[in-house]
Parts: sequence; C-alpha cells; structure tokens
Amino acid sequence: MKGRARAFALGFLALSLPLAAACARPVRNELVVLLPSRDGAPAAVEVTHGRAQAGLDQPYDATRLRADGRLEKGRSSEGEVRGTFGAALDAQPLRPVSFTVYFLEGKDELTPASLSVVGQIFAELARRPAPEVFVIGHTDALGSHASNDALSIQRAERMRDELVTRGLPRERIHVQARGKRELLVPTADGIAEPRNRRVEISVR
Amino acid sequence: MIRWLLSTAFLLFLIAGSPAAGPARADDVGQIKVSKGTVSVQRDGRTVAATVGMGIRPSDVVTTGPDGSVGILFADASLLSAGPGSVLAIERFVFDSTTHEGAFETRLQKGTLTAVSGKIAKRSPDAMKVRTPSTVLAVRGTELAVRVGEPGE
Repeated sequence: MKGRARAFALGFLALSLPLAAACARPVRNELVVLLPSRDGAPAAVEVTHGRAQAGLDQPYDATRLRADGRLEKGRSSEGEVRGTFGAALDAQPLRPVSFTVYFLEGKDELTPASLSVVGQIFAELARRPAPEVFVIGHTDALGSHASNDALSIQRAERMRDELVTRGLPRERIHVQARGKRELLVPTADGIAEPRNRRVEISVR
Repeated sequence: MIRWLLSTAFLLFLIAGSPAAGPARADDVGQIKVSKGTVSVQRDGRTVAATVGMGIRPSDVVTTGPDGSVGILFADASLLSAGPGSVLAIERFVFDSTTHEGAFETRLQKGTLTAVSGKIAKRSPDAMKVRTPSTVLAVRGTELAVRVGEPGE
C-alpha cells in the first residue's frame, strides 16, 4: 500500500513537473498604448491574450501584461510614452504628403494651377530621405468600375510621364489607380464631377 | 522661367544625391526611410546591414542594436518604427492598391515598436495585426506603441 502511494506520488510529481516548468517560464512584460492620432481619425486596438481581451479606444488607454500572466487594462501618459518609446517615435518616417493635380479638359496638359503644384512636389521630394512618389489616378462616378479603373490608370501614367519629363527618375514613381472608389467630392453613382477627375500625388 | 528651371535642377540634384537610393523592386512592400546606429535585416538566411532606401519584403526580420532605431514606410502608407534592442518580423504584407484590400501582419519579438496604420486597416478593420510573444493586437487605427520587455524583467 505504502509502495503504491509512493508510486502515485512520483507519478503525480512527474506529471506536474513539466506543468510547473511551463508556468514558471518567465512572462515578458508587455505594454500596449493607443496613441493620439495626428489626423483625428478614429482609433482603436483590440488586445487579445489567450481568452482575455481588452479594447483600447481612447488616447493613452493601455494594457499591461503582468509577470503572473494577467492582462490588465489601464492608462498610460504622454510622459511614459516619451520615456519608453522616445527612440522609436524619433525614428518614425515623415508622413506621406499628398498633392492633387488636374488636367485641362480633353488635353494632355496640366492646368496652370497644377503646374505650380509640380514645383511644390519637387520641393517636398528634396526634403525627404530616399523619396518615392505614388501617382494615384481617380475618376468621377460616371461609368462602370472597369472603365473607370482603366481611365484612372491612364491618368496616373500620364502624370508619371510628366514627372519623368521634368527629371524625376522613373524607378522612384509607383503608379496606382483607384477608379471611382475614392471620390474627392461625394456624388451618387453615375454623376459627372470634374473635381473627381484628378491625379493624386503622394510623396513618401 | 529660367529661375524655375534652375531651382528644379538643383532639387533634382539633391534627390539624385540622397543616400542609397536603390530602385524600388516589384517584391518590395516597404522601404527603410530612417536608420540610426546598428540596424540589420535578415532575409533568406542572410543578415545584411540596413541602409536608408533599402526595400523591405515579407518575411524580412529587422533587428536593432542597443544604439539602433529604424523607420519603415509601407506601400499602403502605414509606417512602423522600432527603438533599440528590437526584433521585428514582417510576416505578411498583401495590398491591392486599387481596392485597398490586403493583410499586414508583423511580430515584435522584443523591444519597442510604434505603428501608424494605413490603407489596409482603413479598408478592412481586422486586416492589420501586430503579434508579440503573448498577445495579438488587431489594429483598427491608427497610432499605437508596443513594448516587449526582456524575460524576468
């Protein structure tokens, strides 16, 4: 009987040792902080740890993962963020800056106002490390997705060629086309609107 | 007009002269815009020193030394930056620039990370995820900071 009890105890020990080892594995401290968004866009982060979840939706809402494995929701502060994340924040790339240009109706020429925008684009390029240009074509809401996608690519390519002619290396330019998915002036589908027939130039 | 041409020529000179401006490659999904101190990128089993202008691809692992920090801008206009002593894996990046559908998944193994979400998260609220050794963050927008400490800290 005594022997059986000992065997049982040993078996229990053998089973529980790996379990204890797994529990004893040090949990890393983890901190998640929702930061104020610069453009005021709605912000939220959902943090999941095993079965525990916490939603962060106010600036400086934070979760901390404690050494005992508990996920705790609380608050952080500007000071803590600066102290903990200062180097990372200082390494953030410059945010993209967007310019919009328009072509003369039915022509391959930029409007006079858009010509001065080209100067601003080159000035923005000059202040950035390893600058890139994303040329994004848009259309108005007249016509199908397929025809507008094709048209918006044409517009973007025309603008890319314009920038290449003015001396910007072609490999720095990425062409994208959004068709009628991102109207500058919201309209119902099927509505012609000159201000939506544009090319956006995102300098990054 | 001549003044405009001259100033444009000068700006072009500046642009052409910016450091390590390798041409963008089709499989690049982002580009290193800021690199300070020791920063390296592990790709296909090799480790190379990171430079400003270097392209980033899915499955790259970016590490920073005790003096290092790095900033990366991605094709959907989202950006990530890491502070000293960080290990950041780019696990997945898919982006349709016409529809803005895609997926962006990264893993911070240790160190500090700040993230600003871009067009992928704006289009599909659950498409941008940051993982740490113990948690999963679904980024619905827009700016956040994550720190993973050393074990036993």
